[in-house]
Amino acid sequence: MSLKNGRIHIQRAFQKASKTQSAALMPYFTLGYPDPETSLAVIEAIAPYSDLLELGVPFSDPLADGPTIQRSTQIALENGTTTAVCLDIVRQLRERGVETPIMLMGYYNPVLAYGQAKYVQDAAAAGVDGFIIPDLPPEEAGELEAQAAQAGLAFIHFLAPTSSLDRIANVTNRASGFIYLVSLTGVTGARPTLSGAEATAVQSDLAAFIARVREKAAVPLAVGFGISSPEQAASVGKLADGVIVGSALINAVNQSGDKPAAAAQFVQSLQRALLQ
Amino acid sequence: MQSPAVPDKHGKFGPYGGQFVPETLMPALEELIQAYDEARNDPAFMGELEHLLKTYVGRPSPLTHAKRLSEKLGGAQIYLKREDLNHSGAHKINNALGQALLAQRMGKKRIVAETGAGQHGVGTATACALLGLECVVYMGEVDIARQQPNVFRMKLLGAEVRPVASGSKTLKDAINEAIRDWVTNVETTHYLLGSVLGPHPYPMMVRDFQSVIGVEAREQVLAVCGRLPDTLIACVGGGSNAIGLFHAFRDDEEVAMIGVEAGGEGIASGKHAARFADLSISRLGVLHGTKSFVMQTPDGQIMETHSISAGLDYPSVGPEHALLRDQERAGYTYATDAEALAAFQELSQTEGIIPALESAHAVAEALKQAPKMRSDQIIVVNLSGRGDKDLDTVIRMLGIGE
Repeated sequence: MSLKNGRIHIQRAFQKASKTQSAALMPYFTLGYPDPETSLAVIEAIAPYSDLLELGVPFSDPLADGPTIQRSTQIALENGTTTAVCLDIVRQLRERGVETPIMLMGYYNPVLAYGQAKYVQDAAAAGVDGFIIPDLPPEEAGELEAQAAQAGLAFIHFLAPTSSLDRIANVTNRASGFIYLVSLTGVTGARPTLSGAEATAVQSDLAAFIARVREKAAVPLAVGFGISSPEQAASVGKLADGVIVGSALINAVNQSGDKPAAAAQFVQSLQRALLQ
Repeated sequence: MQSPAVPDKHGKFGPYGGQFVPETLMPALEELIQAYDEARNDPAFMGELEHLLKTYVGRPSPLTHAKRLSEKLGGAQIYLKREDLNHSGAHKINNALGQALLAQRMGKKRIVAETGAGQHGVGTATACALLGLECVVYMGEVDIARQQPNVFRMKLLGAEVRPVASGSKTLKDAINEAIRDWVTNVETTHYLLGSVLGPHPYPMMVRDFQSVIGVEAREQVLAVCGRLPDTLIACVGGGSNAIGLFHAFRDDEEVAMIGVEAGGEGIASGKHAARFADLSISRLGVLHGTKSFVMQTPDGQIMETHSISAGLDYPSVGPEHALLRDQERAGYTYATDAEALAAFQELSQTEGIIPALESAHAVAEALKQAPKMRSDQIIVVNLSGRGDKDLDTVIRMLGIGE
């Protein structure tokens, strides 16, 4: 898998999804949660219903994450999940025939500790297609972005509702793979479905934000943070090219003894909601 | 206030510093940089801050000659910069007032802050009460247990104290939660960070607001002794009181500067917060938005630290300290819990001044340095806070309750 170009792989996944779905589906799951073996089984089980995968490398201080993902990363760490273990899980997924594009999400300190250049190389060799690093804004990302580009991998930039037009222009110029739009100001985490006037207001804010970015962007736009249910996925899917669901998947997994089956069922329900 | 040579416009102190935060916060940092730049060049803003520092905080804080202690040690003359005499009991109020005024100027009506020992929380709650701002303080559960008096003070001042139960339940986790709150409420809320940590412009802005300590101390020591001191000593958690004292002396090459980290139960025990003393576990890393020395596992997970003093119990250190150390402009050492406790008693009994346990680390270093120096030499110790908040801890450690 190491010879493929991650950026092209990601592009094709969005194109393929657009034929049957309103948006591509990208579940997030924490590598090593609750332990490395179970996480491998969960990810393998959801892959058939996923267009892309965002897989999280655990960090002790995940400051962009809410309680659900915080707890999952803490348990993964307690059960021996290191960066090397995470890369090995990705390698095993590829060996088992999972071809879904994989975004490796992780905070910057463990990347620095692993060695930035080595992280990019080893991730590429394991079968990763792109990097998501929430605490590495464009101002600080240059070096890693260049290393990723050299390896043919995408470096995923974020934009938030607070991003100015200048910041949007900068990110859309540099973007590879897709742009990760944060749906709201806040941390990750499932949120209750809104209804009535409130729901309409949120939806129209999001539509305006997506439109601001879309005007400049040449890559797909995926929206994440707070998308909890098939209904929410469907409504965001009408506006965006991709929908990212994380905490809600972890909640679904937590509620079942058969974690891979529960995960697959939940992700399948999200996929159905996106079918056109 | 001086125009700073460091950081550069990207907030870099050499290889340290920067802005490692989620995109949602970047526009808020840009806004803050601009607002701060305008404010510090606005005589009306600086005049109001100066007026409050004088009439509300009680500045200038005195420089006290610790005569009996100096005589007892038989070496250098020790002078204490009395930040413990500030209103609210520590140097933290200097920065809290500056940033609260800035938040008000920016139209932000809600303040969030983290606190370790509670001094920054109290300083922030005080400034918010004075200016009529809503105040939420995040504090680790471990710190709440060991700093009860400050928890009560914050509540009396009208702040909401939110306990943090994640991770090590200390300062680092309180900062995580404060940042999560800020990212959620960024449009209405200012994050009033209490040390020379975090993303640019915080390390620079907090230094500037604290630099009044060194500006005064320099004038005072010149007035009293007719010359500059030989050595400055300050404790270093994040490092704001140390930078505050050091900054005005940066170009006085003959003045030595010593930062004192928390040695906890000793470096060999692994239970400490001496980021510069134990380079086997402290390496270049990124925590809470800035690049500096970070105590971490080989896999890059942040380690839990230990200190008798909640205010020094933090796994990273301000980026400017890392640069001062590289440049050999400042030296860094540590004092153990036991040494700090001994210094706490020594200063109480010889000078009638009960220091904060944080500041007692600086006093402990003065006890080591003074006897090696001549009696015509001068040490200035930053007595960054008063020790009332630590009485429970000290009474327990010394077994003098009965």
